[in-house]
Amino acid sequence: MKSKKIKSLLYYLLSLFLFLAFVFPFIIIIINSFKDNLSVVRNPLALPEVFSFSNYIQAFNAMNFISALKNSLIVTIGSSLLIIVFSSMLAYFLVRWKWKVNRFIFLLLVMSMIIPFQSLMIPFVSIYGRLGLLDSKYVLMFYYLGFGLSLATFIYHGFIKNIPFELEEAAIIDGASRLQVFWKVIFPILKPITSTVLILDVLWIWNDFLLPSLVLVSAEERTIPLSTFSFFGTYTNNYGLAMAGLVLAIIPIIIFFLILQKHIVRGVVEGAIK
Amino acid sequence: MYHEKKISERLKVFGLFGFIPLLVFFLVMIVPFVIGILMTVTTWTGLTGSLFEFIGFKNFINAFSDPNFGSSLVATFKYVVYTLVLTNVLGFGLALLVTQGRKGQEFFKLSFFTPNLIGGIILGFIWQFIFSRAFVSVGVELGWGIFSVSWLANPETALWTLIIVSVWQSSGYMMLIYIAGLMGIDKSLMEASLLDGASAFKQLVKVKIPLMIPSFTISLFLTLQRSFLVYDTNLSLTDGGPFRSTELIAMHIYQEAFTYQRFGEGQAKALVLFIIVALIAVTQVGIMKKMEVEA
Repeated sequence: MKSKKIKSLLYYLLSLFLFLAFVFPFIIIIINSFKDNLSVVRNPLALPEVFSFSNYIQAFNAMNFISALKNSLIVTIGSSLLIIVFSSMLAYFLVRWKWKVNRFIFLLLVMSMIIPFQSLMIPFVSIYGRLGLLDSKYVLMFYYLGFGLSLATFIYHGFIKNIPFELEEAAIIDGASRLQVFWKVIFPILKPITSTVLILDVLWIWNDFLLPSLVLVSAEERTIPLSTFSFFGTYTNNYGLAMAGLVLAIIPIIIFFLILQKHIVRGVVEGAIK
Repeated sequence: MYHEKKISERLKVFGLFGFIPLLVFFLVMIVPFVIGILMTVTTWTGLTGSLFEFIGFKNFINAFSDPNFGSSLVATFKYVVYTLVLTNVLGFGLALLVTQGRKGQEFFKLSFFTPNLIGGIILGFIWQFIFSRAFVSVGVELGWGIFSVSWLANPETALWTLIIVSVWQSSGYMMLIYIAGLMGIDKSLMEASLLDGASAFKQLVKVKIPLMIPSFTISLFLTLQRSFLVYDTNLSLTDGGPFRSTELIAMHIYQEAFTYQRFGEGQAKALVLFIIVALIAVTQVGIMKKMEVEA
């Protein structure tokens, strides 16, 4: 009995220690986001003497937070929808039409997954910069479609393979077109996979920095990671203000996580295992 | 399965389902990949120069004779090895910890995963403050030598700050993959091994770990990819410094191309990176597939 209690105590001590190791950076930046610069420099670990939101107001304006949030939402949602629509259709096409070329296309998609973005970015910027196809968040969505297509198609492909063809036959007899069969019969069955793909892509695109930093040049097109980067660069030495900016940048994704935590955990695991 | 007979009908099906995604894929991945190879062996930069002026392997020779490239590769390998081992050991440990069936474990699980939600740029800035201000203040206050100087100021410790942040960021993700693996183990096998008198530790080494090789394959693959290509955290935490000592390979390529405008040489380095990543990934998955055992 006694050893059981000790075990339990040890378990919670260890968990608590690890918990603190994982969250203390967040706690420290939150504490300091309420302080003025002098008190941050004096002691970064002390609690603020007065809670002042002035850092937040200033950071909110300096980061152009509303504009950055709007850009991030447009890019993330738009790109994810493009990826879902086109990769599910492509995967369906590759599974249901057994053309010889389709096996080659599938192989090409799978092989392309190993190419790192860093190995493409120099020619990518050269070509599309020259063609004037940078600096627009709408063009950026199509780049995300290109970079995100192969993984999403691969995930959908694995699932559609196992959907029996008989399900579609009834719809065909009723005179449905190929597109109708896909959208009315197949796409609804794909719902769990769609939510996996959606979560993987939202987390990737929302946080992505390198691609948008190369594509989006003007200040009004900046997404949250880009505006955080330029904001922090400008106010590095005004610690309280910089910390408030970081907290603001984190809030949207934390809200997203709190609402959808179960789905996110499941989506991340399934996306990795596939 | 569908079989359209007429060419026109086949084209229609392709147009409906495959044309747009494959066109975008072609333009965004295949074209830059092919042009990237051409860029390294001709004077063409995609912008100026001639596509037909073949210069051989000059760019590759220049790349390998650049001492900064060598030192960046060495730093990257060091970073990858430590990050790989520590992330997976910690991730596996956390997975064991939160699958004990105790109260509150869901809460701990979610909090270990949280750093994964946030982009590397923001995490790097957070830790820059922690290392340069918070730890230093603790060090000075308590007289602890190891903390009293910012770890970011010294080349040796600066690389470790990157390793620490990456392990802190990724281990919660790997934990989720290991949890899925642990849940997939047949309960009757665990009971059988307990009946055989196996200790908890023996059970872990003899039963759990061998059955979880697929989870290790995935986690190691993901950690390898992530750590070889890390850029965001590198940029916001150390910016390659001090004295370019923590300029990992992705950042080195970025600098080469976009700061020093050496496109051909930069792309040669980028292709070397691609070959390294591809070879390691194929070898790793190949070896681990052989290790998988049937339950």
